[in-house]
Amino acid sequence: MTDPAAGAFLGLPARAILWVLALIAFGLFGWRVAAYIRVLARARPEPRWDQWPARLKRFVLEVLFQRKLLEEPLIGAAHLLIFWAFVFYATSFFWNLLRGLLPFLPIPYADQAAWMAVALELFGAVGLVALVVAAARRYLFPPPRLEQTRDAGIILSLITIVLLSSLTGAGALVLAGEHHAGVGIASLFAGLLSGLGVSPEQGVQLNVAMWWVHMVTVLGFLVYIPYSKHLHLLASPFGVLFGSLKPPMPAASEGAARLEEFTWRQLFSGLACAECGRCDRACPALNSGYPLSPKELMHHVKEMIMASLASGGNGHRLLGDRVKPEAVWACMTCLACIQRCPVGNEHVPVLIELRRRLMADGEIEAHLQEALTNLARYGNSFGQSARNRARWTQGLDFKPKDARKEPVTWLWFTGDYAAYDPRLQPITRAAARLFQRAGLDFGILYEAEQNSGNDARRAGEEGLFETLMEKNLAAFAKARFERIVTTDPHSLHALKNEYQWQNGGVPVVHHTELLWELIRTNRLPLNKRLNGRVTYHDPCYLGRYNGVYEAPRQILRALGVELVEMPRHGSRSYCCGAGGGRIWMEDVPGIQERPAESRVREAAAVGAGTLVVACPKDWVMFQDARKTAGLEDKLVVKDIIELVEEATNP
Amino acid sequence: MAGNIWVVADQWQGRLTDITFEALALGREVADAFKVPLEAVLLGHGCASLAEELGCADNVIYAEHPALAEPVPETHARALAELAQQRQPRAIVIPATNTNWGANTLLAAQLGVPGLNFVVDLKAVDGALEARCVLYGGKIQVRVQPRKEPAVIGLWPGARPADQGRSERKPSVEQAPVSLAAEPKVRLKRYIEPEAGEVDLTRQDILVAVGRGIQSKDNLELAEELARALGGEICGSRPVVDQGWLPLSRQIGKSGLTVKPKLYLALGISGAPEHVEGMKGSSLIVAVNTDPQAPIFNIAHYGVVADALELAPALAEAVRARKG
Amino acid sequence: MNLVVLMRMVPDVVEELEIAPDGKSLDQEALRLIVSESDDHALEEALLLKERYGGRVTVVAPEAPEVADVLYTAAAKGADRVIQLRGVEPGLGVAAMAEACAAALSAIPDLLPADLVLTGAQSIEDLDGLVAPLVAHRLGWPYLGVVTAVSEVSNGTATVIKEFQAGYRGEFQVSLPAVLGVQAAEKPPRYVPVAKVRAAMKATRIEEFEAPQPVPEPLQDVTIVALAKPEATGRAEMLEGSVEEVAGKLCELLAERGLL
Repeated sequence: MTDPAAGAFLGLPARAILWVLALIAFGLFGWRVAAYIRVLARARPEPRWDQWPARLKRFVLEVLFQRKLLEEPLIGAAHLLIFWAFVFYATSFFWNLLRGLLPFLPIPYADQAAWMAVALELFGAVGLVALVVAAARRYLFPPPRLEQTRDAGIILSLITIVLLSSLTGAGALVLAGEHHAGVGIASLFAGLLSGLGVSPEQGVQLNVAMWWVHMVTVLGFLVYIPYSKHLHLLASPFGVLFGSLKPPMPAASEGAARLEEFTWRQLFSGLACAECGRCDRACPALNSGYPLSPKELMHHVKEMIMASLASGGNGHRLLGDRVKPEAVWACMTCLACIQRCPVGNEHVPVLIELRRRLMADGEIEAHLQEALTNLARYGNSFGQSARNRARWTQGLDFKPKDARKEPVTWLWFTGDYAAYDPRLQPITRAAARLFQRAGLDFGILYEAEQNSGNDARRAGEEGLFETLMEKNLAAFAKARFERIVTTDPHSLHALKNEYQWQNGGVPVVHHTELLWELIRTNRLPLNKRLNGRVTYHDPCYLGRYNGVYEAPRQILRALGVELVEMPRHGSRSYCCGAGGGRIWMEDVPGIQERPAESRVREAAAVGAGTLVVACPKDWVMFQDARKTAGLEDKLVVKDIIELVEEATNP
Repeated sequence: MAGNIWVVADQWQGRLTDITFEALALGREVADAFKVPLEAVLLGHGCASLAEELGCADNVIYAEHPALAEPVPETHARALAELAQQRQPRAIVIPATNTNWGANTLLAAQLGVPGLNFVVDLKAVDGALEARCVLYGGKIQVRVQPRKEPAVIGLWPGARPADQGRSERKPSVEQAPVSLAAEPKVRLKRYIEPEAGEVDLTRQDILVAVGRGIQSKDNLELAEELARALGGEICGSRPVVDQGWLPLSRQIGKSGLTVKPKLYLALGISGAPEHVEGMKGSSLIVAVNTDPQAPIFNIAHYGVVADALELAPALAEAVRARKG
Repeated sequence: MNLVVLMRMVPDVVEELEIAPDGKSLDQEALRLIVSESDDHALEEALLLKERYGGRVTVVAPEAPEVADVLYTAAAKGADRVIQLRGVEPGLGVAAMAEACAAALSAIPDLLPADLVLTGAQSIEDLDGLVAPLVAHRLGWPYLGVVTAVSEVSNGTATVIKEFQAGYRGEFQVSLPAVLGVQAAEKPPRYVPVAKVRAAMKATRIEEFEAPQPVPEPLQDVTIVALAKPEATGRAEMLEGSVEEVAGKLCELLAERGLL
């Protein structure tokens, strides 16, 4: 068999040409990659070097098996096949390159190894099919928010050339009678070539030519990757590997507006982004017409890095011309973007850094300002006296224990809305009656409970979060209890995952988890079977943030109602629009359909008569939305507590 | 002469304001109780004709000076101090309006006597003058007695019905020269007119007013919807206007409009005195507030302890159903 | 510009106010204090003027619970100097306090001459006078209240906008130095994040200054007879029931009066 790098070309030794081309390609590649690394090295540190088993597991699932891409099955499968084709072709390339550059190595060329030849044929063929699928999706049936760039076309063409050159080369070899292993695809190509009038003698030359086409294309590809959107080929595996293993929250900072003020991991998201638009398709802000696109955000991070590479130095800004304050405030921190991102990007932390900076500069939305002022002064966003926090207990025929005065098993952290919103107080009382009926030893903190600070933190007011946390922890320290139950998913997240407990903390559960436990163990006997068709809305901070999807569904099934799922349920649940402090902010002009309206329409569309919620903010948002969406006659909104009380009433 | 009760006439755009007559009505009662004459004090330039409207008083003291044409509280306070020092009244009642805001305090300071603010009532108790003042946004009332004369009373609107202070009688008018020696350090350059409001709220029969209790601008829609159902207009208290939810042209109260509609429906308005002075003359006041202690319930005819956000749509629905 | 802002704490009416057993004052135990709302606007206007014309902002506040937080917050917002005035007795009314502040302004080192003293146009406990005119009188400076904007500061004068009524405003020329009672700043008072306030606590020293003793006898001399919560007489007739029931009753009432 001929050594394709042995001959001469235009009088120059081919191997020397290969050396020169390889050195140029790797030089350009290394130059660019080093530049990226220098930018990242200048950024703020962010530790992501822990929990290697969990990281590797995630790497296997999301890089090797591309779990998130497969959530959109057709293109997911195509991408998975192209990915694996790429893996084998990349291996083959390096192998061939090494062998071509260093002829004294005692190894054959890649395609001379039987197993590799089979893999190349196989993946070459399915890769081509996948490319057709990908191209058809991109050009004939593009999904919304997919970025149409010249880059994508170039890459698809390059990959096609890589695969075709390899298969044609293999076919030529078969034609020349030299190919010995395969699965028939090379033979197919041989037949094709023969049909085109290529003789076996020419086959040998064609094979060499194709080898060169292949190698030069891949070398070109190598240079092209770090300069194009397909940087994600290089960056995304690291993005996944160094992704946050829990809902990310940047460490306390004064916020960021310029390149060097972000953490390396926040900048890295810009490099890993493939602009696939999955985040945009999931984003409730964008889909309601708010001026925010998580994909654009990532793109702007990348642009900022590119600008820095082009002109050098610091000071390139993300906040301002690239990302406007309106976009920064639009985020509901629902986590849908991060949850859906196949390359492990973290959009929300970037927005939180930007919010912190706007906050520090005093550029803050008027209503948010009022809510934060109230939180700081009164410990609740309603601007009411702390002494009124337990006013909802008036109207109960018993007085909940004061956990500061007597020991209790369960401390019930009600959260602001359940305690202060007059519309929600009847539900809060219902929860109290349920706990009482189940014989639960529970108490509340009365005026000592403060807002958990979860939403203040997400609005960018880190110092206020710390203050509220300190006050709550001080109140906890003075009370005696073993566990915490909360009726507010936002509080749940803060208390369970973000509070800096001194002694390791206590278990914190959501009321749906506790209620299900009480029902399951028959401490809360169900006396009545409910009927009707209901659907359940997963609150962001209960579902995506804390993975509680089953308890509320178990309860609903136990109650006897017919549970139908909305298309967007579970981890793909659609935010009500209240999170991240948005409930305190004004809608901006240009809103088409508020997230909550979209959601109640979705609920009505699956034929549910009742939209069941498990978060006080959801209740408020959806009650309003069913009115504005004109669904008052078709849909009622109920907290799961209300249904449980109905079913347990004697 | 000494020991009389004085009421200072308040003017706006060349006309006497309602509160002037409210003050006269109150002054009449006090003067009668002390069995002394009631005198009205008119300050200005070329406004002698206004004195004819002040017949509720026994006598009008008209101080004319070019500098008094400008609404500069300091100038007016100096003129009043000059007159008071000459004539030693027992009490000087000054309507507390934005126009002369602070004049009563300046006058008291110049005379070295007590100057009371937020006064809503005045009477003789055992031969002493006693004022009732409203403090803390209407949450506390204080009864106080000034210990030196003349007592300077900053009177808030609403003490008595204005009509009670109007009279057909022609009072005696006495020209009282004032020197106002020093050059004023505050001069009016011009009036800035309000941006034209699309409707004249003072002519509306039905007003739906919103306060801080409506929580957000989005919720304005609920109030607007109710106003449409009732065939009225929407207006608001200062916080709502300061938030930019409503234009200044729809602000009721101090700095804003004074309205007297047939129905004033107050949604989520606590009832601070600054607001109350602009709407207390309404024929029917219905207040909706979540706080049962809200001062608005002290002046409303009907009250509902409820969330205005809940009641507004329900009421709109009921009204539409009834109107058919 | 050299700007002095007078700020003070007043009872927070969000909290329930209780009358002390003597019936003549508020129960201090139950009180929670908050900075007077229009004083906060006065500070904001001063900061805006400093941003526009340069200079420095000094905040002076009588000693009171939580006043340190207000002063640190002012420093975090951009005040250059914060001074706590000791020895001013709390109590109903403001005349004594205004007198003490005015006297202190002349006595505090390196404070006067100033271009403007700004304070709130009024507070919720101005029983016996307004702070701004009292201070103006004491200093012998011109005064204007219900101010919403200050501009064109030059040659010893400033253009000052104040509110009249029915949306009318007036543009005044005021000789400096002057005392202004601010109703509302040109922008709502700025928010300052907790972290900045905490930093200001570390970086700022609150100057303590003893109010000139003895505090001048207040000119305003009144006897407090009694405090009361507003009487129940004249109280609204309360409608009760569910929201729908109440809506129905209201509808009846309006219909009876021919308003529908």
